[in-house]
Amino acid sequence: MKLLALDTSTEACSAAVYTDGLTFSEFELTPKAHTQLILPMVEKVLAAAGLRLAELDALAVGCGPGAFTGIRIGVGVAQGLAMAAEKPVIALSTLAALAQQAYVQHGATQVLVALDARMSEVYWGQYVLQDGLMQLQGEERVCAPVDAPLPETTGWFAIGHGWSAYAEVLQARFGNKLSGIDAVSLPAAEFMLPLAVAGWQAGMAAAPEEAQPVYLRNKIALTTQERLVAKP
Amino acid sequence: MRVLGIESSCDETGVALYDTDKGLLAHRLFSQIAMHAEYGGVVPELASRDHIRRVLPLLREALVDADMTMADIDGIAYTAGPGLIGALLTGASIARSMAWGLNVPAVGVHHMEGHLLAPMLEENPPELPFVALLVSGGHTMLVDVPRIGEYHILGESVDDAAGEAFDKTAKLMGLEYPGGPLLAKLAEQGREGVYKFPRPMVDRPGCDFSFSGLKTFSLTTWQKSGQTEQDKADIARAFEEAVVDTLFIKCRRALEQAGRKRLVVAGGVGANRRLRARLAELPGEVYFPRLAFCTDNGAMIAYAGALRLKAGANEAAVIQAKPRWPLTQLAAL
Repeated sequence: MKLLALDTSTEACSAAVYTDGLTFSEFELTPKAHTQLILPMVEKVLAAAGLRLAELDALAVGCGPGAFTGIRIGVGVAQGLAMAAEKPVIALSTLAALAQQAYVQHGATQVLVALDARMSEVYWGQYVLQDGLMQLQGEERVCAPVDAPLPETTGWFAIGHGWSAYAEVLQARFGNKLSGIDAVSLPAAEFMLPLAVAGWQAGMAAAPEEAQPVYLRNKIALTTQERLVAKP
Repeated sequence: MRVLGIESSCDETGVALYDTDKGLLAHRLFSQIAMHAEYGGVVPELASRDHIRRVLPLLREALVDADMTMADIDGIAYTAGPGLIGALLTGASIARSMAWGLNVPAVGVHHMEGHLLAPMLEENPPELPFVALLVSGGHTMLVDVPRIGEYHILGESVDDAAGEAFDKTAKLMGLEYPGGPLLAKLAEQGREGVYKFPRPMVDRPGCDFSFSGLKTFSLTTWQKSGQTEQDKADIARAFEEAVVDTLFIKCRRALEQAGRKRLVVAGGVGANRRLRARLAELPGEVYFPRLAFCTDNGAMIAYAGALRLKAGANEAAVIQAKPRWPLTQLAAL
């Protein structure tokens, strides 16, 4: 099995290749340089793996949540490459990628992911390890840190920059439930690969146009009617 | 050479396939106007969200229309600017990556160059040199075109674009968004000579425009009127005549100033019937694109890109979006 994953949904830009058990990856912290870096990065990981686009089984892409424009760059690149190479695409959650990273790097088996969503909110997801893969519990959501749902059990690992952006509120609320915090890591294609492999095996790969951003924040402007009602 | 063109600079997603020998093979368009109407104007984030849903399905339809496969594409052109940054980036990300994946050259096209070359897609295309009037909701400018890629701005709007003035005037008289075309329709029922509007800046030398004063003039005229449907139509008529007459006067002046005999009209307001009829009275030849290519479309991007790709353009593997990009910075072909 041969897969290419890429992600530009946050301040990080990354690409990774899985080829029959081996992985090759690139990762850079590059706010605002995704457009310059992503294609050369894809070229680099494919070259490292000795693969051409045509030899892949599928592509995977971080479809959000994250920065709206960043998500669209990543999804757009995946759509363009996949359409050109006539390959399917597996759309993956950036929160799931972070949860998977918490398992790989910190051995965490239950994870609370919080990405800073700006506007005093977080993108939130609760993940639990099953057969080496992080599985979502309930739904991903965008909410105020004080509204993030509290798990009943303890021993949760916290990951994502939401944990530093809203440290005070979140730690007061979750402090006694946590086993550790990594508020620095950002979604990375490397940690999407295990999820992509499972997705490929589960038949989640779809036509490139089916790969679409997941913004979570879906109300972004008021209609003329709503503005009229809002006026005192 | 068969070129795919992708346009996504504002609220329309356009895809087209152009063959440098056979001409236009297929073009598809999706307009977001209905979606933005609820908001009373274009919401940039919503525009971007829609573009990423539309480009590939439109491309698949165009490929079927042209009886082509992806492997038949020899180059890709996309709108790199000017326009809404998020909307531009969506089309650019898809287009540039697709070209990389196909191992064919890509070129970022200037949206306004696309517009001013749109009449080249017609059966009797204008010969160079010519003067172009670019007139839309975002732009009003007169450009001297001695050859493709060499653009000298003869004049432009110092405030509102002509199309913008149409939309704003429509809005202040209570017409729905986007009001420009509705205002033009209403003007057909208006009576000539009931109101007299000024022709802004015609008494000054040069080819610059100013339309924001007309909008204010419309507002005060409307407030002082009886505000009946007939008043509305009469004001629409007087407003439209003022805009059309001003454009006519400046176009005539631009042709004289540049010493050209041909005028090319492009952009959304180029679809206005009264404007088309009036400009036909100019001394010299006047060229319009078909109505479908007055507004944003993929065909003009495919065409403008094809000229540049044929001339050897091949960009590095970076995604380009330039929300502000002066027309005068382009390289001549």
